Amino acid sequence: MNDGWIKTCNVDDVEPEDVLRFDHGEQTFAIYRTTDDKFYATDGLCTHQKVHLAGGFVMDHLIECPKHNGRFDFTTGQAKGAPVCVDLKTYPTRVENGEVFIRIG
Amino acid sequence: MPVEITRRDYSLVGRDSRFAVEMGLASAEWYACPIPRKRLKQLMQRRDGPPIRDTLLWFALLGLTGWLGCHFWGTWWCVPAFIAYGVLYCSCSDSRWHECGHRTAFKTTWMNDVVYEMASFMVLRESTPWRWSHTRHHTDTIIVGRDPEIAVPRPPDILGIILGFFSLKSGPKEYKKILLHCLGKLTAEEKTYIPETEYRRVFWTARVWVLVYVTVIAWAIAARSLLPLMLIGLPSFYGAWLLVIFGLTQHAGLAENVLDHRLNCRTVYMNPVFRFVYWNMNYHLEHHMFPMVPYHALPALHQEMKADTPKPYRGLIEAYREIIPAIWRQVKDPAYYVKRELPPSAKPFPASVPTAQAA
Repeated sequence: MNDGWIKTCNVDDVEPEDVLRFDHGEQTFAIYRTTDDKFYATDGLCTHQKVHLAGGFVMDHLIECPKHNGRFDFTTGQAKGAPVCVDLKTYPTRVENGEVFIRIG
Repeated sequence: MPVEITRRDYSLVGRDSRFAVEMGLASAEWYACPIPRKRLKQLMQRRDGPPIRDTLLWFALLGLTGWLGCHFWGTWWCVPAFIAYGVLYCSCSDSRWHECGHRTAFKTTWMNDVVYEMASFMVLRESTPWRWSHTRHHTDTIIVGRDPEIAVPRPPDILGIILGFFSLKSGPKEYKKILLHCLGKLTAEEKTYIPETEYRRVFWTARVWVLVYVTVIAWAIAARSLLPLMLIGLPSFYGAWLLVIFGLTQHAGLAENVLDHRLNCRTVYMNPVFRFVYWNMNYHLEHHMFPMVPYHALPALHQEMKADTPKPYRGLIEAYREIIPAIWRQVKDPAYYVKRELPPSAKPFPASVPTAQAA
C-alpha cells in the first residue's frame, strides 16, 4: 500500500464493459472497465440490499444490480432511481504497468 | 390421519414476518445456477428492437379490437371484440408492467418507464407501490411474512381465486388504496417496503389516476353509455382472467420458505401467441434467478439452465394437472406442497441454507 493506493487486479482481468469483484480485508469493491478502457471503482455492495454488484450488468456508465435491477452511474456513484435511493461510494483509480490500483485511504 | 391445520400469518407485520427474519430467510442469499460470466453477459444484453415491435403490435391490436367493440356496440358482435380487447388491455399489461418494471424490456430507460406507467394503470396496479412490492417479491420470493405477492396463501381461498379471474377481490382493494393514497396516507404494510422518499410520487400518481377515472365516468354519464368505461376502466376487470390463468402457474402450490427458486417457481412451455401476451414470463424460474436477463433472451437462458433445474411443464394443461389438486388439498392440509424434483445433473439444494417448511 502506498498513500492509500492498493493493487486490485490486472487490466486484463476485467473485460471491457464489465465489472470485477475485489475484496480487501472486510471491504468489498467493484472494479469497472469501460469500452474506452477507463477504470472506475465503487463499493462492491448495492446500497439497496447489499448484493454484490460484480454479478450485475454494465451498460455504458451504468451498473445494474443483479437482484433488483437498481442502477448506479459507476463514474459518480449516483443512484439512478428506484429501487436504489442511496448513492454508491466511489474511489479514485489509476493504472500502472498493466495493474489497476484504487485509493481507499 | 387428520392433519393439523395451522394458519400462517401472511401479513408483513406479523408473527411469520418476525419468524422469517429470525430464521435467516429475509434478504437471504439464494441459489443460482452456474452460468459462465461471458455467456450471462451475452444474455443480459438489452435491445430496443423486439420490445418496440411487440409494443407497436400490442397497440395496433388494442386499437383494432377497441374499434371493433365500438363499431359493433349494441350487437352481440361486440362481445368477442371486447373479450379480445380486455385481454390485450389487462392481461397483456400484466407482463408489460412486469418486464418494464424491471427496466429490462427496452434498452432505452424512458421507454421502459412510459410503458410501465401505462401498463400499471391498465392492469390496475399503482406504479410506485407495486414497483416496491415486486422488489420485495424478488428479495424474499414466497417467504411467508415477507413476500407481499404470494398469490395463493395457505389454506387457499378458493372463492377468492375464482373472483380473481375478474379482479373482483383485488380490484376493490386496489381502489381503496388509491383513495387512501389520494389522501396522502399509506397502509402499515406498504410502509414496510416503500421508502419515504417515494411517498410523494405514490400520492400524486393516485391523484392523477382518480382524475382519469372521474373524466371517463363523466364522459360515460354525458354520453349516457357504458362504452367509455368498456374502453377505459372496466377492462381491468373483464380482461383479467388470462393473467390469472398464466399467473397462477408461477408459484401456486409450490414450497414456501425455501431459498432456491428451482423449488418455488415453475417454467411452463407456451405457444407463441401466449408467449406474446405473456412476454415469456412463462420462463419464470429463469426470470427469478436472473432478473437482469430481458424477456426476449429467456428462452436462451432456459437452455443454459435446464440441466440444473426441474423438468419444465409441457403446457398449461400439465401445469394445472398439478396446481388444481395441490390447491384443493391445501384447503384441508395447508402444510402440503408440491416438491419439485431436481434432475440427477442438478446441483443439490445447499444443506447450509435455512428452510422452514413446517406450517
